[in-house]
Amino acid sequence: MARQSGLKPCVGRGSTLRAMVGAAALCCAGALSTQAQAQETFKVGIVSFLSGQAAESFGIPAVNGAKVLLDAFNKGAAPAPYNKPGFGGMKLEFVYVDEAGGATKQVQELRNLYDREKVDAVVGYVSSGDCLAVAPVAEELKKFLILYDCGTPRIFEDNKFNYVFRTASHGAMDNVALARYLKAKNIKVDSFNLINQDYAWGQDSKKDFIGAMEKLFPSAKAGQDLLPKFGAGQYGTEISALMSKPADVTHSSLWGGDLQAFILQSGPRGLFKRTQVVLSAGDHVLPGLGEKMPDGTILGARGAYGLMSPKSPLNDWWWDLYEKAYNVYPVQAPYRMVQSLLGLKLATEKAMAANGGKKPTHEQLAAALRGMEWDSPAGKIKMALGNGHQAIQDTAISKTRWDAGKKMVMLEDIVRFPAECVNPPPDMKAEDWIKAGFPGAKGCP
Amino acid sequence: MAATLTILIDGLTYASWLFIVALGLTLVFGVLKILNIAHGSFYALGAYMAATFVAWGASMQWAPAFSLVAMLLAAVAVAAIVAPLTERGLLRFFYGRDEVLLVLVTYALFLILEDVTKLIWGANPYFVSEPYAMFGNVDVGIQSYVGYDFALVGLAVVVGLAVWWGLNRTRQGKIVLAVIHSAEVASSMGVNVSRVYMLAFSVGIFLAALGGAFTAPMISVQPGVSVGVVIVSFAVVIIGGLGSIEGAAIGALIVGMARSLAVHLAPVAELFAIYVVMAIVLTFRPEGLFQRIQARKI
Repeated sequence: MARQSGLKPCVGRGSTLRAMVGAAALCCAGALSTQAQAQETFKVGIVSFLSGQAAESFGIPAVNGAKVLLDAFNKGAAPAPYNKPGFGGMKLEFVYVDEAGGATKQVQELRNLYDREKVDAVVGYVSSGDCLAVAPVAEELKKFLILYDCGTPRIFEDNKFNYVFRTASHGAMDNVALARYLKAKNIKVDSFNLINQDYAWGQDSKKDFIGAMEKLFPSAKAGQDLLPKFGAGQYGTEISALMSKPADVTHSSLWGGDLQAFILQSGPRGLFKRTQVVLSAGDHVLPGLGEKMPDGTILGARGAYGLMSPKSPLNDWWWDLYEKAYNVYPVQAPYRMVQSLLGLKLATEKAMAANGGKKPTHEQLAAALRGMEWDSPAGKIKMALGNGHQAIQDTAISKTRWDAGKKMVMLEDIVRFPAECVNPPPDMKAEDWIKAGFPGAKGCP
Repeated sequence: MAATLTILIDGLTYASWLFIVALGLTLVFGVLKILNIAHGSFYALGAYMAATFVAWGASMQWAPAFSLVAMLLAAVAVAAIVAPLTERGLLRFFYGRDEVLLVLVTYALFLILEDVTKLIWGANPYFVSEPYAMFGNVDVGIQSYVGYDFALVGLAVVVGLAVWWGLNRTRQGKIVLAVIHSAEVASSMGVNVSRVYMLAFSVGIFLAALGGAFTAPMISVQPGVSVGVVIVSFAVVIIGGLGSIEGAAIGALIVGMARSLAVHLAPVAELFAIYVVMAIVLTFRPEGLFQRIQARKI
């Protein structure tokens, strides 16, 4: 519309040939300028839970992380090598979409982002079910898509994509690292119980943990195997079942409100004193629960995130940026969002350089990100699996301790695991790798 | 023996929580003939309001026992403010219309209230777990239960008896029963049916909010708490018979015990157990356990 209204006065103005030529030149210049301006923006669709049960723990912190980071990108305020304003000089625009509503709705929303909003890239999806649903759609449309959070290993193990990427490790890493931590710390494990949500994430986590324990603690016996529904809220019966047949270790991949409710209800009943609780993704509940988080709980964050993140200038900058904006330190969800956007920025700039400085196409973006490596606040991200479409990264596991002086839960006894120790090699599925006893694992502590 | 006792206690405590919420749902259906999908949203409002009131009481350094009063007042506030607004401002315009339309209206209300709670309280969780420790612990064999769970059983009994007594032993209750049997005849006898509808809806919403308020100390109050409870509550009232108080009590006990048995004996069937019981009941009693078969009006 703006371009059309700009042309009309130009055409009708000149009465002499010279005036017409001049006017035509002006019009062309105007049109070119408009075109150049259009090229100077890069539109990113960001999809995450803005409502529902996953919003508080994952969706909103991740979107908050995206907002401050993208703002810093536009100002050119990020540290090198991320210090070019926008993406290679192109100003960033964002569209935020709520992931709530189920996979069918997300497929339609993804189509809308590409077809109506004309986004240049989509970064999104917490739910493994949503990831499994949208990935083939992006591939069919030949549009660039980054999955930033979901954990199921199946996406790139059961499929081959050209336009779809995941910039965080899949969930097998978390449970292998937990089992390795128990081994590294010489924790006695003759028996273990499990409580995981009854859907893809919980089932996969349980399977990976049992597999890893069978290899690292072959004499340990699995006891209670509880599968409450997602969003159960009431865990009194499950806690009784866990206390009826106490085990040395109790494993859980619960997260968000479910994990908070489980801790609030099992803490006063003494479950955490009777068994060593290990949580595969528990870091994000620490700021909220505070002193209600039982001491000595072993937990991971699905990466070296938050209080377990490594010291680096990039991490210091990111931590301060987030903490100043939201008055709370960043936990796993914003870290994963940020590592995806940092990767997208470098991939875009790499593709622009190969494209003579012009905005890259979806194909060029995909070619640039395939197999790429980059530094993130949580360490190096390597697109090593799934033909260069699936990331691996270092992770860390630690133990909780309430610090009354600082009035926050501290994490101590941190053990770091290199990416190659807790992720399968490129030619193996996670489940097969665990069953085979982690062949090719490198650098394990 | 110890295992049986554990299963019974777990089933009873779960049933108590469920009964308080389901009672409100069945009462609203019994009087207004509305299957209220938004019932869980009033539960969530009760939880949020309780979190606010308890936190405020703590900031004023009031005695810990005040938190119990604060939770009760939170439920009263939701019933006094939100229920009349909803019933008078929205639902009354749809009375007499198709029941499916009313289901859609309450579903729309559920979506609206989800966003309203987020607008008011934001997306961050609220923790008010202090009242949960107020009653100490009760040791039963190798189990250690939180006294608060048993207090909830007492609350459910008191609430159930109060509603039964109010309906069957008071003049106002008998008017409500008359409206349940026939709003048209009650109206011709001089009963202000609109007032009865508002009263019954408010009591139903009070019960939902009461359930939410007294659950708040056991959970993190955050977006999404409204969803799970309403699904299980529907199972309870369908088993018991829509509109029946006795049915809600027995339905809650059946659901609580079925879930407890499944978790302790066959955890893989936990999700399945409640709905298997519901299917069995509906096979033999399609109208639920306690609802009388009614002739269809032609």
